[in-house]
Amino acid sequence: MKVSTIARNTFKEAKRDRVLYLLLFFAILCFLLSRFLGLLTVGDRVKIIKDVGLASISLFGMLMAILMGTGLVYKEIDKKTIFTLLAKPIHRWEFLLGKYLGLVLTIFIMTVLMSVIFLVVLFLHTFTIEWSLLIAILYIFFELCLMTAVALVFSTFSTPILASLYSLAFYLIGHLSWSLELLIKKIKSGGGRAILKVLYIILPDLENFNFKTEVVHQLPIPTKLLGLSFAYGLVYTAFLLLLAILIFRRRDFI
Amino acid sequence: MGKVLELDRVYKAYKFGFIPKKKQVLKGISFYVNEGEIFGYLGPNGAGKTTTIKSILNLIFPDAGRITIFGEDSLKPRAREKVGFLPENPYFYDYLTGREFLAFYADLLGIHGQQKEEKIKYFLNLVGMEKAADLQLRKYSRGMLQRVGLAQALLNDPALVILDEPMGGLDPIGRKEFRDIIVNLKKEGKTVFLSSHILQDIEMICDRVAIILAGEIVNQGYLGDLISEKVLYTEVIVAGLPASEFSHLGESVSASGNRVLLKVYEEQHIDRIIRLVQEKNGKIISLIPRTETLEDIFVGLVKNQ
Repeated sequence: MKVSTIARNTFKEAKRDRVLYLLLFFAILCFLLSRFLGLLTVGDRVKIIKDVGLASISLFGMLMAILMGTGLVYKEIDKKTIFTLLAKPIHRWEFLLGKYLGLVLTIFIMTVLMSVIFLVVLFLHTFTIEWSLLIAILYIFFELCLMTAVALVFSTFSTPILASLYSLAFYLIGHLSWSLELLIKKIKSGGGRAILKVLYIILPDLENFNFKTEVVHQLPIPTKLLGLSFAYGLVYTAFLLLLAILIFRRRDFI
Repeated sequence: MGKVLELDRVYKAYKFGFIPKKKQVLKGISFYVNEGEIFGYLGPNGAGKTTTIKSILNLIFPDAGRITIFGEDSLKPRAREKVGFLPENPYFYDYLTGREFLAFYADLLGIHGQQKEEKIKYFLNLVGMEKAADLQLRKYSRGMLQRVGLAQALLNDPALVILDEPMGGLDPIGRKEFRDIIVNLKKEGKTVFLSSHILQDIEMICDRVAIILAGEIVNQGYLGDLISEKVLYTEVIVAGLPASEFSHLGESVSASGNRVLLKVYEEQHIDRIIRLVQEKNGKIISLIPRTETLEDIFVGLVKNQ
């Protein structure tokens, strides 16, 4: 109950943030631009619209999660609103979880908004609705949930600018770490390979949530892969939230 | 009378800077607050008052020592169930209206439905904020925030109310109203912990006080015990006679019109002044013995430090 009260209030606060609408505006701009980009392309125009559209949802959603998530806890401490809140009989984890869920709700609504606009733009071009696109969008949303948790972890101990940089770095590493897997396959077994393997396990692999290519090119996606990706997201997010709670648990609010 | 709040040798140091420098803020604070009293926590700026309060509320963690609220360890959220808190310079979500703000805290405290509406109405009325209830907090003045902050602190019908500099931003009328509310809380059987550097407020309403200086409790006890009844000097206002007549009996502080204000330190001199005035057909306007005030004790302690 306390968690949902804080979540609702976080949502109330988040939806007032102008950054959110600015990013939404740019996302819409990209959807519209994709139609013109399609005109310049030789071959399948629809693929370009889908590609750019999904990439825009992913990119602007990620920016929303990072820019808002990193300020989430910091603002409460900076504006000292946290004093009266934590003086009430609530656990610190309830506060953090409430904040997280409030932002996830905001991100969810924004993702839905972007998706609807994207599908409408696409529909105006093809006059059909491709439901398979929703799978790609759903997994983009899972990735955004994970990124929100990342932003939350950094925001429990650092300023918004630094936390944004850290989160962005996490995002980039997450999308490039699959190349480690390739490297592991290419080098001979030994110390180097072992180190790379450990590194690959520790580093996030956000490409697990990327089904854009499969959906755009209408390739089959094994159900097992969908299940594994979902489980990966769930476990990783839970781990990040736990980490945030552990850091936050013993923090002094001077 | 049970102890509502007890601090036992509480230490806290903050670390500052890139290469952390330790600053000891609380140096073994010990005191207790009895049930049903108004306890004044007095100290100059930077003495450690707010740090003490934050330690009590678990907003910071003491390095050593033990704090119990209603016999419960302060580290447990359950200890704060019967506690209300108004911070110094209250900061709240400024996008909420006064009513929404109280509703948010009522939800957090598990107060719902009809009871929630009634409570919000009652407390808005108590702090005199019903007219501004639907204004956003960003449009509130500091005094108004203080009032709505007090309402927030009282929502859960707390047995212990902790107020950190509650009368800081208030005008004289507001201060009087706040004092009345605090005295009423005591009448309702609640315990009030009041931190302040404004001596008059504490002297007027507190039963017991503790004085903190540079992180140490230097004096504590009942106000009556701390302040001695001994007469420090007597202020005498005489009319119709020049100040020079009394120069050997007391210190002439001021003279206006035909009146003279004298500060008389020795008791036998007062009788002589009275006789002198009668003999020379003058008039005694007033004669007030001045006893020690909290301010005297406080200034004395600060100077000793």
